[in-house]
Amino acid sequence: AYRTDEGQPWVLPVVKKVEQMIANDNSLNHEYLPILGLPEFRANASRIALGDDSPAIKENRVGSVQSLGGTGALRIGAEFLRRWYNGNNNTATPVYVSAPSWENHNSVFMDAGFKDIRTYHYWDAAKRGLDLQGLLNDMEHAPEFSIFILHACAHNPTGTDPTPEQWKQIAAVMKRRSLFPFFDSAYQGFASGSLEKDAWAVRYFVSEGFELFCAQSFSKNFGLYNERVGNLTVVGKDADNVQRVLSQMEKIVRTTWSNPPSQGARIVATTLSSPQLFDEWKGNVKTMADRVLLMRSELRSRLEALGTPGTWNHITEQIGMFSFTGLNPKQVEYMIKEKHIYLMASGRINMCGLTTKNLDYVAKSIHEAVTKIQ
Amino acid sequence: SSWWSHVEMGPPDPILGVTEAYKRDTNSKKMNLGVGAYRDDNGKPYVLNCVRKAEAMIASKKMDKEYLPIGGLADFTRASAELALGENSEAFKSGRYVTVQGISGTGSLRIGANFLQRFFKASRDVYLPKPSWGNHTPIFRDAGMQLQAYRYYDPKTCSLDFSGAMEDISKIPEKSIILLHACAHNPTGVDPRQEQWKELAAIVKKRNLLVYFDMAYQGFASGDINRDAWAVRYFIEQGINIVLSQSFAKNMGLYGERAGAFTVICSDADEAKRVESQLKILIRPMYSNPPVNGARIASMILNTPDLRKEWLTEVKGMADRIISMRTQLVSNLKKEGSSHNWQHITDQIGMFCFTGLKPEQVERLIKEFSVYMTKDGRISVAGVTSGNVGYLAHAIHQVTK
Repeated sequence: AYRTDEGQPWVLPVVKKVEQMIANDNSLNHEYLPILGLPEFRANASRIALGDDSPAIKENRVGSVQSLGGTGALRIGAEFLRRWYNGNNNTATPVYVSAPSWENHNSVFMDAGFKDIRTYHYWDAAKRGLDLQGLLNDMEHAPEFSIFILHACAHNPTGTDPTPEQWKQIAAVMKRRSLFPFFDSAYQGFASGSLEKDAWAVRYFVSEGFELFCAQSFSKNFGLYNERVGNLTVVGKDADNVQRVLSQMEKIVRTTWSNPPSQGARIVATTLSSPQLFDEWKGNVKTMADRVLLMRSELRSRLEALGTPGTWNHITEQIGMFSFTGLNPKQVEYMIKEKHIYLMASGRINMCGLTTKNLDYVAKSIHEAVTKIQ
Repeated sequence: SSWWSHVEMGPPDPILGVTEAYKRDTNSKKMNLGVGAYRDDNGKPYVLNCVRKAEAMIASKKMDKEYLPIGGLADFTRASAELALGENSEAFKSGRYVTVQGISGTGSLRIGANFLQRFFKASRDVYLPKPSWGNHTPIFRDAGMQLQAYRYYDPKTCSLDFSGAMEDISKIPEKSIILLHACAHNPTGVDPRQEQWKELAAIVKKRNLLVYFDMAYQGFASGDINRDAWAVRYFIEQGINIVLSQSFAKNMGLYGERAGAFTVICSDADEAKRVESQLKILIRPMYSNPPVNGARIASMILNTPDLRKEWLTEVKGMADRIISMRTQLVSNLKKEGSSHNWQHITDQIGMFCFTGLKPEQVERLIKEFSVYMTKDGRISVAGVTSGNVGYLAHAIHQVTK
């Protein structure tokens, strides 16, 4: 979760304002939402992902399912794919998850019934970057119709994203081999500070004519973590197909949670449908993204000033909440035990944990770990 | 071509269809008796005062929005367990239970269903009463279980077919799962009396069945939360380690906030801890962690003495209004000159009433009188008001005389 420079959770000012508006609105009650969710939320959420001028929206071939966070959106999408993709109830369709990925991806697709979950090359530890060749190679050799979970931006946990040129190559292979793109978009706006930039890959795939799913989370970019606000955006060939898909997703939702929680969706819908509040939100998002970007550049410059062995440009080249530092498990253990700095054994740090107050300490500690421990 | 060319259009939801048709109707006297949500005597949704107060208190605390634990808000789950089991319950006091927050009743049922699919190896069979809530069957089916039934409702008397139920249950293979509605049976409104519950407890114990209670109307049925939880508590006292799904949608009017809980009564606290760890492993790939808003409101109410008191009064108020509408409907039918026995309307309890009306009669009610209900003759008494009960009685009499 995001933290301020004081190391505190941050409820976005626009969220506070909108919550007050909702609280003061006596016409509102706690009635059930429709099964697929609050209509104003669904439409706005998909619009954010695909863009105001999206041809898919204009052509009325976009569907949306309000979900319990990004996880819920992934699960509804996974359950639907297991029932209806590549035949009926084809649990043998391979599902590819990046190596590494958010560990819950595996569990979501496994619990949805898929039997063959594989990894695709992603992180190159040696060069601390994207293993594009490995990735493309895996796609070339994946069975036709395999499902690929793609991180729309701010890859979790590596923070390493393909460049637009690399995305184009990925899309070309996926199109040729009939692979299904399932985007996980948990950080739109939060990564670069720009909604458009962070949605570039998803929009490119849409412009290339793909049918795809995009699981969106509003946990981070709205700071609405515990309200569980998410959306599954479905892009299809035409309105008729999308309508039938949604009717079946409705059945899946009905036996999972019946209908989604209203509070968080109301906050997002109200914000996105008001030009003034929307601008205010974008400003709040940029505040968060800018702080993370600042911490990245400050950490890197300190490590370079200290002369810490190795190269540290990956700290600023990576994007989003997480960074794969390149520290090995022994060095991580040193950080935890000796310096009381907590990070994952993979060397992943949460950039939100950095503050102006602790930057020096963290930089020095990394320096020690790298020079003392091999 | 599309990946989805072969995807069939899903059948429309029968209950939603009722509301859709109602909305399109221009008759000023129209009545929506399909709605599964409480309405006040003006036919409007009712936000409880204690809920408004709790919301104000929560807002003033200016809390952050950090993720809840996977199992939910601890103050909420503990209070939910205590509400269901009773503060003096040995099971509650000893800690030999685990309660996780669920997405209202449906989510809690589904967690339980998935848990049983994964860990109850003795059987795949879940026995539902005939009839049961329409969503029970697909929930258990999607969780990978098989559905069976036991006799429950007697359409000839519009009441409980107790001998039929006992006969069927006595034949259920050992170690099967049986689902029971704790109170205010949905859709019939027919509940066993306490002596009958005692016999049911004895037979399920004898057959060594796993008992799954669905309690969606605690407090909302009789107006008394302890009375409505009597069966649940009795079974546990008889040494039956039940599993239980609770909803706060109706009794706190928190419908869209999705506040619910799933409980497993265990042998001891250690078993409860192990069960909890497995429930979390099931929940995480479904939605990671639950929504806070409804749980916080419910927790505030249950854990703040003044609010809890106010809540008990308000839930009794809702239950009393429903009971009074039942009484008025029957007396109005008599006034209309109906010679039928409508006693079942007042014998039944909770939001729903199985009128005994046949599909042709229901169709006439819809077409000729704009009175909307589901084809099985089920009405939501919550949709009846002192302003329209006379019209309803008139309409029913016209199609049944």
